[in-house]
Amino acid sequence: MAQIFHRSTNLIARASIYGAVLIIGGLGYALYAIALSPWYTEQGLERQQPVPFSHRHHAGELGIDCRYCHTSVEQSSFAGLPPTQTCMTCHSQIWTNASMLEPVRESYRSGQSLAWTRVNALPDFVYFDHSIHVSKGIGCTTCHGPIAQMALTYRAGTLYMSWCLDCHRQPAQYVRPRSEVFNPFYEPPSASHPVMFEGKEFTDQLALGRLAVKEYKIHTLQYCSTCHR
Amino acid sequence: MTENSNGIDFSSVRAKLAGEGRKRFWQSIEELSNTKEYRDFLEHEFPADADKAPDGLHRRDMLKLMAASAAMAGLNACTKLPTEKIVPYVRPPEEIIPGKPLYYATSMPLHGVGTGVLVESHMGRPTKIEGNPEHPGSLGATDVFMQASILHLYDPDRSQTVIYDGRVSNWSSFAAAMDDARIQLAPKGTGVRILTQRVTSPTLAAQIRKLLAQFPDAKWVQYEVSSGDSIREGTRLVFGKPVHPVYRFAEADVIVSLDADFIASGPGHVRYIRDFSSRRDLAAGSASKLNRLYTVESMPTSTGAMADHRLPLRAADVENFARLLATSVGVNVPPGTAAKIPGDWVAAVGRDLASHRGSSLVIAGEEQPLVVHAIAHTINSALGNVGKTVIYTEPLDANPVNHLESLRDLVGDLNSGQVEFLLILGGNPVYDAPADFDFASALMKARLRVHTGLYNDETAELCHWHVPGAHYLESWSDVRAYDGTVGIIQPLIAPLYDSRTTHEVIATLTGDGGTSAHDLVRNYWQSQRPEKGQAFEAFWETSLHDGVMAGTALPPVSVTATMDFAAQARAQSTGDAGALEVVFRPDPAIGDGEFANNGWLQELPKPITRLTWDNAALLSPATAQELGLQKGDYVKLRLAGREAKAGVFIVPGHADHSVTLHLGYGRSRAGNVGTGPGFDAYLLRDSSALWIARGLSIEKTGDKYEFACTQQQYTIDLDGHPADEESANAFRRDLVRVATLDEFHKNPAFAKDPQEEATKDLTLYPGFEYKGYAWGMSIDLNRCVGCNACVIACQSENNIAVVGKDQVARGRAMHWIRVDTYFNGGLENPATYFEPLPCMQCENAPCEYVCPVGATTHSSEGLNDMTYNRCVGTRYCSNNCPYKVRRFNFYLYSDYKTPSLFGMRNPNVTVRSRGVMEKCTYCVQRINAAKIRSEEENRTVRDGEIQTACQQACPAEAIIFGNINDKSSRVSRLKAQSRDYSLLADLNTRPRTTYLARLRNPHTEIHD
Repeated sequence: MAQIFHRSTNLIARASIYGAVLIIGGLGYALYAIALSPWYTEQGLERQQPVPFSHRHHAGELGIDCRYCHTSVEQSSFAGLPPTQTCMTCHSQIWTNASMLEPVRESYRSGQSLAWTRVNALPDFVYFDHSIHVSKGIGCTTCHGPIAQMALTYRAGTLYMSWCLDCHRQPAQYVRPRSEVFNPFYEPPSASHPVMFEGKEFTDQLALGRLAVKEYKIHTLQYCSTCHR
Repeated sequence: MTENSNGIDFSSVRAKLAGEGRKRFWQSIEELSNTKEYRDFLEHEFPADADKAPDGLHRRDMLKLMAASAAMAGLNACTKLPTEKIVPYVRPPEEIIPGKPLYYATSMPLHGVGTGVLVESHMGRPTKIEGNPEHPGSLGATDVFMQASILHLYDPDRSQTVIYDGRVSNWSSFAAAMDDARIQLAPKGTGVRILTQRVTSPTLAAQIRKLLAQFPDAKWVQYEVSSGDSIREGTRLVFGKPVHPVYRFAEADVIVSLDADFIASGPGHVRYIRDFSSRRDLAAGSASKLNRLYTVESMPTSTGAMADHRLPLRAADVENFARLLATSVGVNVPPGTAAKIPGDWVAAVGRDLASHRGSSLVIAGEEQPLVVHAIAHTINSALGNVGKTVIYTEPLDANPVNHLESLRDLVGDLNSGQVEFLLILGGNPVYDAPADFDFASALMKARLRVHTGLYNDETAELCHWHVPGAHYLESWSDVRAYDGTVGIIQPLIAPLYDSRTTHEVIATLTGDGGTSAHDLVRNYWQSQRPEKGQAFEAFWETSLHDGVMAGTALPPVSVTATMDFAAQARAQSTGDAGALEVVFRPDPAIGDGEFANNGWLQELPKPITRLTWDNAALLSPATAQELGLQKGDYVKLRLAGREAKAGVFIVPGHADHSVTLHLGYGRSRAGNVGTGPGFDAYLLRDSSALWIARGLSIEKTGDKYEFACTQQQYTIDLDGHPADEESANAFRRDLVRVATLDEFHKNPAFAKDPQEEATKDLTLYPGFEYKGYAWGMSIDLNRCVGCNACVIACQSENNIAVVGKDQVARGRAMHWIRVDTYFNGGLENPATYFEPLPCMQCENAPCEYVCPVGATTHSSEGLNDMTYNRCVGTRYCSNNCPYKVRRFNFYLYSDYKTPSLFGMRNPNVTVRSRGVMEKCTYCVQRINAAKIRSEEENRTVRDGEIQTACQQACPAEAIIFGNINDKSSRVSRLKAQSRDYSLLADLNTRPRTTYLARLRNPHTEIHD
């Protein structure tokens, strides 16, 4: 009896089976890569703002404390965005004619708020609280990245749940002394750059972190209602 | 049990109850007769047809749809977060920290009486009402009206602009028109009438007096349905002058309620619940002395449910009872006829009262005739209770008048064409005036008619001018509490619309136009107070901060009872004693109609009947049987030539030959929510018999009326299925456990079932060890009065949606806490028990095992977390919940469209969308906030620091929440009591919510 299928059918069958697996896998990988890509996460995306405010200049070069503008970060879930009045405390004295600052002056004159584009956004079903994080020794730059180097502000992390959980599972890897929380130039301890904590010198983040977790009574909260409710 | 599809076979129900005696707790007559409807709700999570696919959908189409939805479901997540704007202040207001709520004290006026509240405000938006612990009328607690008033504020149907002659106008035109009117009416103001509701506000009274001084011929008329007329006039009858009774339930060992529902209505009822339930508390140990409550009433109420002895009696016969009772304690009044009143009952109550001189209390209900009030006051004086359990003060009213007569005079003046100018400050007399006044056509005879009120309602429609009234949360004003204490009403938000307070409206006529309400109120008090200058500033700031003006409670006045009234003819005993009686009462949920447009209150299951979205002709099983009526029969009610149509609803324990009609429904211009539901009982209400009338006739129309009643929904199978071998636990598991005080003393652990105790901890595996906090709740059934405040508080705190009557009927109401009602005993006079039921937060939660997506999981503190954003809506969890506490969003119930409602929502709780399961979380947002606060202060959460919304609202302090790992916490101490028991403990779910069993304190001589 003659063969019904040509010999090449074997090859085609193999190719299509492996091909299907590859293509599906490839697609899956592509989706995964897209989901983690800055295009999708908006990580590193510099936002256009009504005034090109530079954290590099204000926080980095001038050394203005984070809390000068983000006043409620130690008391509230929301760190707070400065009212126009805060800008004008300085800019009614310096750079009073800079055209770049015209929207700020206009806002102050007219009483119309500046509308800033949100950079670090969480979905509405996530209830994040700034105050507890800073009081437990999580620095601004831990989540917000090298803010002192940002000319225009961008999102430093993905802000995905897995990104949150990285720290909630192992806070010792990230926590720093409370005194350093608002230091935008803080570097984790290393052999070349030791950090003082509780009167001791640390050269290893994990060692410092473990002590801080104990000292600051940091819980590894991972159940859902911690953030979702 | 046979099933009768046409209706209920009462004789078989009676036989069944007689057979089971006091052992059986039951919830509805449908349960007893085992109807199909009942079994549907019992056996299924939702009734069998509730989730039936729409007609005309074929299997193939269904599969296609399912495949498409499965394919699309994954795409849901493929959206980027929308770009948002952050808009900071230009100049930040003082005190506001974005993300942190602020609390302000104010007072909510209801029927002229204020109750203190603390209002939670997020960035200037009031979002939640709590009681003001400093206020004597609240002590930190609230009632359903206070809780729901926040929705009233944001109601999109509120009147928004000034209307003149049906057209949009504005305030300045109105003010100009009032200026013209002033000039025209000067100098004497002939034909000027001011119609207000009950006024206790000192500032408003001063303004009206100023107006009356300017226009000597003007008259001030007051009318309101819940006016307190019978209380004022009753005291006038017996003491010769109107006074205001203030009760001290905490001091009373024996209380007799003569048709008085003091738990649900009347001035001070929030405080009265606290005082009453403080005497139902055994937590204090054996030293605590339980009070004893006797209730005589026609319609079963919460007060009747709390009674140790309840006597169902037609409202018109209560007078006879009162006379017999008076005679039995030695007060000389002409005795009543003893028909239908068990003599030994009266005698026993009389002896109990007599043996508690100075610590007993008799109260008459507002619907009762004046003579019953007079008798109650006389008994209290005779027993030496005055000054101990009841004190009398000057009336709260700035001008204590008889509202009915006041309105009658006005209608007379209107009809004789004497009224030039009628200013209606609040109220809706076109809808709620007695039918024989024909107020609408009388009103049209006034030459200029001005109305101000929250809604463009039935009355506003017939007036020339309508000015939108300001809600109390937008107003400056003042009001007296039940004991006379003045509370300043301060605004939480600028008026949402072009609305004005009554102070500002009347100021346009007194020549104070342009003065703000704030200045009017402040100037009044500045002129009244002894403090001047800086001292007044301090006094004013303190009063605003505390919400009460210290030391303004009215002092007791001494009164002497005269017996002149005793000779008076009996008010209600005349007429055909056999005729059907009708009793009108304000609705327990929507009041006299004022709250008709409030969805929360409409959907609130009313106490006892658990009816939502409707009123009904409420009558007893025996009367229904006698008249050949079944539940849901649509009938024509005829009374003195007037007619209304209503659905029949059968209430176990209702007095025979009596029909109760709740007022407030059948509105024609209430708004999108309130226009429509129910029928207008005011159509039958005559000024000659405002509350109780005789001679009602009922005629079947042949039609049926559908009710949305939650009483037989969420029923829990107590019997198990003997046929089902899985159901080894086919023994009875009563969810309510009750004993008398004697039984309790003999067996303090009566609530614990040995069989359940033996099985409840059986497991092969070691239990999870809860370190740190372990949240738990204890609900004291002995304190709970079934007032429903918890239900609305929860709805407000947790952004719970309103679903509408049709959805409620399908068992889809969304309340996270419900107040289950159980009956025990015969249909004629069953004992009634309330059981608030939130999520039990089981340690071994059946819901968690079955969730395929991990949307409901367990926290290390023992909460059943519900993660809405993970939920895909399989509803397995709900199916597996033995307590039936999970609620599913079958449709998009939450309002995503109405902007005014956005401001009302709690920003700390997700607004759930369609297809998502939700349930009680023990207010996890409050737990998290308190934990964060405590961690930042480097301490642990203090006992009592976290109050769940239901607990905070509860006037009876029946709900206590806390950390059960802390053995000294209040909740742990309550759970350690011998009365503590769990629901369905044998299932080994280990619920964190447990109950304290109910105790009754019956009189040894009465056996009923």
